[in-house]
Amino acid sequence: MNPISALGGLGRAVLSLMAAFGRVALFALDAISHILRPPFYPREFGMALLNIGWLSLPVVGLTAIFTGGALALQIYAGGARFNAEAVVPQIVAIGMVRELGPVLVGLMIAARVTSSIAAEIATMKVTEQIDALVTLSTHPMKYLTAPRVLAALITVPALVAVGDIIGIAGGYTVATQNLGFNPAAYLKNTVDFLEARDIVSSLVKGAVFGLIAAIMGCYYGMNSGRGAQGVGRATKGSVEAAAVLILAANFVLTGVFFSL
Amino acid sequence: MIRMENVHKAFGDNRVLQGLNLEIPKGTSMVIIGGSGTGKSVALKCILGLIHPDSGMIYVDGKDASKGDRDAFLARFGMLFQGAALFDSLTVWQNVAFRLLRGSLKRPTEEAREIAIEKLRRVGLKSDVADRFPAELSGGMQKRVGLARAIAAEPEIIFFDEPTTGLDPIMSGVINDLIREIVTEMGATAMTITHDMSSVRAIADNVAMLHGGVIQWTGPVGQMDASGDPYVEQFISGSAEGPIEAVR
Repeated sequence: MNPISALGGLGRAVLSLMAAFGRVALFALDAISHILRPPFYPREFGMALLNIGWLSLPVVGLTAIFTGGALALQIYAGGARFNAEAVVPQIVAIGMVRELGPVLVGLMIAARVTSSIAAEIATMKVTEQIDALVTLSTHPMKYLTAPRVLAALITVPALVAVGDIIGIAGGYTVATQNLGFNPAAYLKNTVDFLEARDIVSSLVKGAVFGLIAAIMGCYYGMNSGRGAQGVGRATKGSVEAAAVLILAANFVLTGVFFSL
Repeated sequence: MIRMENVHKAFGDNRVLQGLNLEIPKGTSMVIIGGSGTGKSVALKCILGLIHPDSGMIYVDGKDASKGDRDAFLARFGMLFQGAALFDSLTVWQNVAFRLLRGSLKRPTEEAREIAIEKLRRVGLKSDVADRFPAELSGGMQKRVGLARAIAAEPEIIFFDEPTTGLDPIMSGVINDLIREIVTEMGATAMTITHDMSSVRAIADNVAMLHGGVIQWTGPVGQMDASGDPYVEQFISGSAEGPIEAVR
């Protein structure tokens, strides 16, 4: 292959990627600006709180409890190789609160909420409901995007907190019921070991992941193609983009909180 | 009055509107006919600002449609979409009263519901459909709900995009008659897009034939059959022979 045309191809790919980032960033800024400016739609906000927060609790709880339990088993088995079985409470706590809680909740929200938002908005676009909103003097960004983004920003940190607690409870149950740990000592070790910075980082990650999940769902929905194929592509693309961005943001935030 | 002057719109290489000129006098019903993909819906969406023309001017009552208070501008319009475009998450009455529950035309909930039920009655639907969701209704009923929503705030200008597509002939006749009655009763300016010649005859005061991105012929509906325009004649007869290519 001609090196000039290969370079040209690489340049076009980079420019296309940068343009995509730019479009998403502008969309996110627009969405946030609509959160701050009236009119507000409390009914849509309430529905979004219910859908994103309350209805995600079962999947978040189940994910966290099994992960916490498995984590306790793995740390116990791994720690046994160098006589460090006693660190199970501390490592379960730090593992859940700093990393697994926020990341797993973020990915579950991407799977459950981002896909649902993208499919719903894309279907509305395909069936001209978005155009209908405009003709009814209602801004789609205010009516559809702003309530969902705000609801995700508020509820995902709360879900992360719930996930952290349930995950630690899963580890506690396995450790005290199967691994012979003393319940009171386990709880004391967990509480003593966690720092305020661990909890703050967990909640901040939850807020950022919630923002990413809702914005990617809305962005892909609003920019979907025509027909069932367009809705399918929007849904798939939104989940892929949200999951990758959540993992990338997790790496950056971990660096910000714990490498300084 | 709505006036479109030399409006151009292209999507990539596809030049849909190529200098469209059209006038719709106030209080009259204009029906735009033309083959699929000739830009009828694009013309309508350009007036509403859902699509921005590449060039040309659109005036509503002498004022540039692209300038001024957008909410006030849109508050003058009602629109019936091809697939009704009802909001799935809202009940029928909330769909009809959508504009009356928020924004500058907001009314108390009870009053908005009463108006919605009255509009549903106007389009031949009983009050018991008010609390149902759009997915629970037949296609014809959804069209009627869409029509009720279009007229709920008593707009001055109403657009109908393919109002009878997908309906059986009897339901098409019912919708056509409703549109004619409502437009006459409200004294509204109406613009309808359709392929259905029975709709044209039932709804129109004036007809415009759109082809090749421009209006090929326009005139009163009574003169349509004797227009002498080869595009209109071919469209009315449904013949494959004529200036409009059958394979597009």
